[in-house]
Amino acid sequence: MKLENEARFEQDVEELIKEIHTQYGYDFNGYARASVYRRIKRFLSHKHLTSMEALRKELFLDSYFFENFLQEITVNVTEMFRDPSFFLSLRENVLPILSTYPFIKIWDAGCSTGEELFSLAILLKEEGLLERTKIYATDINQKVLKQAKAGIFSAANMPAYTSGYYAAGGRQEFSSYYSSNYGSVKFDSSLVKNVIIYPHNLATDFSFNEFHLILCRNVLIYFNRELQERVFKLFDESMVSLGYLALGKKETLAMSEISSNYNFVDKNNRIYRKIN
Amino acid sequence: METSSKVIVIGGSWGGIQASVTILKALPANYSIPIVLVLHRLRNHDGNLQDVFKHKIALKAVEVEEKEMLQPGHVYLAPSNYHVLLEKDHTFSLDDSELENYSRPSIDVTFTSAADVFAHNTIGILLSGASKDGSSGLKYIFEKQGKTIAQDPNEAEIKIMPLAAIESIPGCTVMNLEQIQAFLLSLHDH
Repeated sequence: MKLENEARFEQDVEELIKEIHTQYGYDFNGYARASVYRRIKRFLSHKHLTSMEALRKELFLDSYFFENFLQEITVNVTEMFRDPSFFLSLRENVLPILSTYPFIKIWDAGCSTGEELFSLAILLKEEGLLERTKIYATDINQKVLKQAKAGIFSAANMPAYTSGYYAAGGRQEFSSYYSSNYGSVKFDSSLVKNVIIYPHNLATDFSFNEFHLILCRNVLIYFNRELQERVFKLFDESMVSLGYLALGKKETLAMSEISSNYNFVDKNNRIYRKIN
Repeated sequence: METSSKVIVIGGSWGGIQASVTILKALPANYSIPIVLVLHRLRNHDGNLQDVFKHKIALKAVEVEEKEMLQPGHVYLAPSNYHVLLEKDHTFSLDDSELENYSRPSIDVTFTSAADVFAHNTIGILLSGASKDGSSGLKYIFEKQGKTIAQDPNEAEIKIMPLAAIESIPGCTVMNLEQIQAFLLSLHDH
């Protein structure tokens, strides 16, 4: 698509964000714009739409089309054992402490299609904690939530996931966790029997429980400072004393008001612990 | 905070580290235009690129942190496994969406985003590399009337990347590393 006028496009995006909020209730105002522009241009080109006006028409006529748009605008790219050193650190530095609790509650915020959820469940199982752990897996996007608990992933990714698993301290035969079928693999559903799937919008929804560990990795990079601060406060309210917070490798609490309540457990892997 | 009306974006892959060191070591510590450097790296690899540059160049080499403001005297290195975008307020955003041209960070993504913010004040430089990533981003900079430079393919360790740019952008300037050094020094505002 040839964009004659970038400024005009950006203005149209602001209008669209307002309209989406009014019509569908999703608030994208706190999203970092550079990525929103890029995702929208990408979506326009994939759908062979030549103007923002054409996009608006489709979005407000067809809620299925909107679902599709939502899935594209909110990045849902993920993988199992992304940053294996993070999962290794979780295994070595966090799970041993969590194992001292009789019952563990974890929030996987922005769980997307479930790759992180299954990675986490495998770790919990191997550390003997799965049976007494409840994981709340949430996402803004209802469509990906349907996939999250299914644990069906492309077989083509298995070599990469297998090496991620071993780099994360895995000790089993990785293929013992899944069965293969026609280019897909399906992970053992007993891994997620204590998982509760729940639509939750970090931009607008509130705290719903208290957790010993909250994972929210590579979600906050898409938010502006204001929205990041809202989410940090939400996590802080949802955290038990001495609970853990795990962010993405390039995300930080440093600029937040709540940072003084937290210490680094592992700076390189951005794992924090609440100290008061 | 000091801010610049221009930006220099540099991309490369195979042979790109050495070529960018050669260019950057010619620039003074107070160089007036911020530089963003996107080099293809192994995925999930923490090998510290900062250390490669640290003792070789006078500019401050730092890995991009999201929301950080672009400043003169700095070379911003794209982190492994993230795309680097620029916002209107000259801060960085990071993005972990799909690979582009089999790459994340992708040079195309950063070049395009830089041109959206800095338009004709964007200087794009594509160095040695065994990939075609970067040429459509460089073309976008050209369309926004920015300055586009490809490393002379005869000098590049791997010529695929600069050649792809030269083929798709008729107005692309071809320079060897010495000429790129001199050109960048000529832009320096004392």
